[in-house]
Amino acid sequence: MRGKSLKVKETIIEKALFLCAAGSVTAVALITLFIFSSGYSVLRSYGPLNFIFGMDWSPVNGEYGILPLIAGTLEVTAGALILGVPAGIGCAVFLAEMAKERWAKLLKSAIELLAGIPSVVYGFFGLAIIVPAIRDWLLPAVQKIDPDVPASGFSVLAGAFVLGIMILPTIVSMSENAIRAVPLEFREASLALGADRRETITKVLVPAAKSGIFSSVILAMGRAVGETMAVLLITGNVPKVPTGPLDPAATLTGTIAMEMSYAGPEHQSALFAIGIVLFILIVILNSIALAVMKRFGGAV
Amino acid sequence: MAEKEKVFEIRDMDLYYGSFQALKKVNIDIYRHDVTALIGPSGCGKSTFLRSLNRMNDLVEGCRIEGKLLFDGEDFYGKDYDTIALRTKVGMVFQKPNPFPKSIYENLAYGPRLHGVKDRKKLDEIAERTLSQVGLWDEIKDRLGKSALGLSGGQAQRLCIARCLSVEPEVILMDEPTSALDPIATSKIEALIQELSKQYTIIIVTHNMQQAGRISDRTAFFFSGEILEAGDTRRLFTNPENPKTEEYITGRFG
Repeated sequence: MRGKSLKVKETIIEKALFLCAAGSVTAVALITLFIFSSGYSVLRSYGPLNFIFGMDWSPVNGEYGILPLIAGTLEVTAGALILGVPAGIGCAVFLAEMAKERWAKLLKSAIELLAGIPSVVYGFFGLAIIVPAIRDWLLPAVQKIDPDVPASGFSVLAGAFVLGIMILPTIVSMSENAIRAVPLEFREASLALGADRRETITKVLVPAAKSGIFSSVILAMGRAVGETMAVLLITGNVPKVPTGPLDPAATLTGTIAMEMSYAGPEHQSALFAIGIVLFILIVILNSIALAVMKRFGGAV
Repeated sequence: MAEKEKVFEIRDMDLYYGSFQALKKVNIDIYRHDVTALIGPSGCGKSTFLRSLNRMNDLVEGCRIEGKLLFDGEDFYGKDYDTIALRTKVGMVFQKPNPFPKSIYENLAYGPRLHGVKDRKKLDEIAERTLSQVGLWDEIKDRLGKSALGLSGGQAQRLCIARCLSVEPEVILMDEPTSALDPIATSKIEALIQELSKQYTIIIVTHNMQQAGRISDRTAFFFSGEILEAGDTRRLFTNPENPKTEEYITGRFG
């Protein structure tokens, strides 16, 4: 009797869990379907190649070339990686190998706190501090060399700086786990050969953790590509291919967020098509990260 | 017979992990070109002792060592003693084969590179010489570029011994080097140890009484942090002075 009621309970729970799982999968599928169907019309009428490689983004004139936006996104992302990856890996090494247990815990929770700050707050931080700092301190110096440099401070550099901070938690915590997962035996083997700590870290530990570190960088890249609010506030949103770190830039995500509210039907469809591009980009990045982790069996 | 040269001279060594005393008043001399076996039940301190000979215990937080510890006549726990030089002269082979997740060649080039050997030809020579010494050259000379993780357990352990030889140590510490290996691989390593003892001083921790008997010249019996008995291996195994030693080597506990 009891056995039977247990079995019924279990079936119910199983079905309920299945529904939850199915629900989330369906949601993802519907979102995908919606984005693709909404963006499709512009891709067809404007032509996918014209869309992706077109240099002119001016919806008012019916021009939907997103190359400047792609360039803006890639440059800001690259800048964020250049600033954030070395800092993040260095921090991970410090936490995993050097910091005393107590300090490591403290620092780690501080860095994880970074992940919890809403992105608009980062944007505000950039707007209130980074952009003026670039405008008031960096630009006067640069202008002596190149008088034509854009003078607003809204720039790729500002976006890269703030994004660089935003991707730190991803890089630090994943890389730290990967380094901690390197077996003690490798460390001992290296030291027993007469290596010092620095040599052991740079030549054995980090290489042994490289798949985990690499995955963290790819995921951070995904985060940087997808980030909207912070970047929107500080890069200046000028849809022109930026030629230097001090040029303003518009990103894929920022453009969607800014223009969606007033876009006409065709313009809206173009914005959804940008969504398709973003979607594919992120899927590719995530699959690379997953494949690398699987292939090398790195710690997640 | 002339008095053999002492490599290690340990007097009244105490070792603490925090407040726990792991070694008590340990006294032992290790002679050049001897194979010295350290035996004793689990937790008796023999591995701890071994690992203090190349200061691997420095990695353990709260580890403190007292007493007179001399290597080649010098106090190797002295303030100015160069730990890195010590570890170069006193190599170590671990219980679990632990080749780096790099190619076989890189495993052998790692140590020499640390010590400034950059010339590719010299590194090639070192790889060939050390692999020949451990009897692996013919087996794996065609796949030096392949990952060392693809080797069998016995091959991997021999590679680790070759890696240890690559920095030309005087002493090789071995921490139960065959406990993770099958009998055939074990007998190969044992033969290798005897071969190596012509050139190197070897100190080996082992749980295997027969192994200690087969390959060592001298044996030290550790029991709860002390050396209860040490001396010529044959004498110790055939005519132990301490009743505890006899009980242990005849398998009555351990």
